[in-house]
Amino acid sequence: MKELPDPKISRRKLLGGVAGAAAAVPVLHELVPHQGFHDQFARATGRGHAGHGSGGHGPNAGSAHSGAIGTVDPAVNGFDPHAILRDFDRGKVKREGGRTVREFEIVAEDREIEIAPGVKFAAWAYNGRIPGPTLRATEGERVRINFVNASSHPHTMHFHGIHVARMDGVPQTPPGNIDPGRHFTYEFDAEPFGLHLYHCHSVPLADHIAKGLYGAFIVDPKGGRPKADEQVMVMNGFDTNFDRENEVYAVNTVAFAYHDEPIRVKRGELVRLYIVNILEFDLLNSFHVHANFFDWYPTGTKLEARDFTDTVILGQGERGIAELRFPYPGDYMFHAHVSEFADLGWMGFFRVED
Amino acid sequence: MEAGQATVEGAARRLPAWLVGLLPLALLGIAIGLFVSLGAPGLDRNGVPVEELSVERTVLRPGEIELTVRNDGPDAVGIRQVLVNDAFVAFEQTSDDIDRLGGDMMTIQYPWIEGEAYAVKLLTATGATFEHAIGAAAETPEADVGFYGLMALVGIYVGLIPVAIGMLWLPWVRRIDPRWVQFLLALTIGLLAFLGVDALLEGSEIAAGGPQALGGASLVFLGAGIAYLGLAGVDGWLRGRGERAQAGGAGPWRLAFLVALGIGLHNLGEGLAIGSAYAIGSLALGAALIVGFALHNTTEGLAIVAPVAKGERPPKRSLPRLAGLGVLAGAPAILGTWIGASAFDPSLAALLFGLGAGAIAQVIVQIAPSVRDAGGRLLNPLASSGMVAGVLLMYATGLLISL
Repeated sequence: MKELPDPKISRRKLLGGVAGAAAAVPVLHELVPHQGFHDQFARATGRGHAGHGSGGHGPNAGSAHSGAIGTVDPAVNGFDPHAILRDFDRGKVKREGGRTVREFEIVAEDREIEIAPGVKFAAWAYNGRIPGPTLRATEGERVRINFVNASSHPHTMHFHGIHVARMDGVPQTPPGNIDPGRHFTYEFDAEPFGLHLYHCHSVPLADHIAKGLYGAFIVDPKGGRPKADEQVMVMNGFDTNFDRENEVYAVNTVAFAYHDEPIRVKRGELVRLYIVNILEFDLLNSFHVHANFFDWYPTGTKLEARDFTDTVILGQGERGIAELRFPYPGDYMFHAHVSEFADLGWMGFFRVED
Repeated sequence: MEAGQATVEGAARRLPAWLVGLLPLALLGIAIGLFVSLGAPGLDRNGVPVEELSVERTVLRPGEIELTVRNDGPDAVGIRQVLVNDAFVAFEQTSDDIDRLGGDMMTIQYPWIEGEAYAVKLLTATGATFEHAIGAAAETPEADVGFYGLMALVGIYVGLIPVAIGMLWLPWVRRIDPRWVQFLLALTIGLLAFLGVDALLEGSEIAAGGPQALGGASLVFLGAGIAYLGLAGVDGWLRGRGERAQAGGAGPWRLAFLVALGIGLHNLGEGLAIGSAYAIGSLALGAALIVGFALHNTTEGLAIVAPVAKGERPPKRSLPRLAGLGVLAGAPAILGTWIGASAFDPSLAALLFGLGAGAIAQVIVQIAPSVRDAGGRLLNPLASSGMVAGVLLMYATGLLISL
């Protein structure tokens, strides 16, 4: 967009406080030297800086800024969306009667989360993070989840998958709600293979989900999938003022987390995205990547791609696996093509490097 | 028991009076001090902080929206993000945490488009949101000399000139039948009653949009009470001076002065409303509006001269006096437009409208005796029809100027 440092940026930076923090992101982006090729590429094509938080500081008084003011310190929340992205919990592995058993420990708790810079949300979380840990097993293995409710409200864990009624984690069938201070062990076979999810099913259901009790559940096919840079994106939103509408949208909770700091990927390497829509209050969410197309495996339950596209629409609870390779270096945006969500936090970048 | 009481009263008598008067206050101070030093036992906030914000002033510049925000609630409020039409936007603010009744100036970067509507949402640290609607975006005029000149011109057109023209009815009212003068005085009461009610309603409406912690609509009634009692005091003082000098002719002029003062206070509020509406772009200063105000306020000039028409010969130097009354009644409109356009504050506006309403009520009380008939009845057929005519006249001309 522009290669010369903008005098406005340094002046704003000196203003300090909130404004200073806001300006810091584009300032860093201007000052930190890029990888050689990327820089040359950007100069040659005039691209590569597209939209990266610099819009509001350009010479045109009327141009729009994108992103929030300030940043969320991962230390405050105790988790980093960039870490969550590639963090898979494969459990503690045991052999029982010739079968592989994976044991997971999950604790539900009440926790305040900073979902956008400076904006706190009184959340409920599995293992202190939103989304909860990405649980991962292989088709046919036994999955055992030791669930402890350390929250002040009754909760459950309901898994999408194939299992007996007792393991369905709904309050209407035994064991029903797991009350505060109680625990329960959910146990079932990992099937079918694909990308699934788990969430609390206590009533009122929308609230127990919207407060943050959800996570991705991956069942790998027996033969595995090709080696790839695997990333989990749980698309969520937060109703901060309790009007049954979301004020903030995100992938993995923190608004603009991947906008302010792009996800780094290697040029030409296979990237596999596990995309789960757990949004409440809005019927649809979507995923769109710029300057690229991806193979789309709805729910991940078949090994053949159903579509080759750059935009998919997902209803509540819907999910799928996207596979793509980036042929060119540079910064490439991804966001909900429900543009309102993008403006409200659900917007990020892949930074493709050699 | 009785002996004890006598001893206490005896002791009290020996102390200086001011000390005895301060005793309850001192005890109250000690009680409050104890309560606070013990950390207000048992009265911790039950639940989450109560956040209230109101936007007092909106200024639009190219690519920028500036809001003056006031914390209207009991707890501190921290604005953390700003959303315009459902999108996060860049902004700067003067204070991260706004204390109770504290203010904050927010400068929001946004490429707004002229004539379009915007919903500005302020997102606080607790996730609460406060929405401020901008009906039709228009650039706020820069408050330079030219702008103040324009506002002064508007004030002159809607205040000074119509009132002065209305006062030119004086020679006519001097010649007409005394019964018709009485009718005109009743008409004046009608005009004033309309203006008074109008001021109460408009003041309350403006106050409703401002911070409630400062009193809201009750400021209108506070202003009305102060003006009514204040003018009653001024009137008593003038009466005393008049009696010490000589009685002849002082009465009608005193009345005219009070009418002019009441109308002046009302026009101050009216100017305020015009100036602020113009400044926030919700008012086009079209010719129709100016014409409407001119017609509307010309009747105010008639109200001022009606009391001095009562047959007595005009005292010397009556022209400067009349001019003074005209300025008193009309010029505050200029001041009002300046305040309204540059430093509009809903609470101040409510108070000023209240002052106008109270002043008008006092003036009506002053004029009322002049419309009594021979039998001393106030609401005689002539007076009643005059009042109705006054209200209808104001209503009809008022249709031209809905802001």
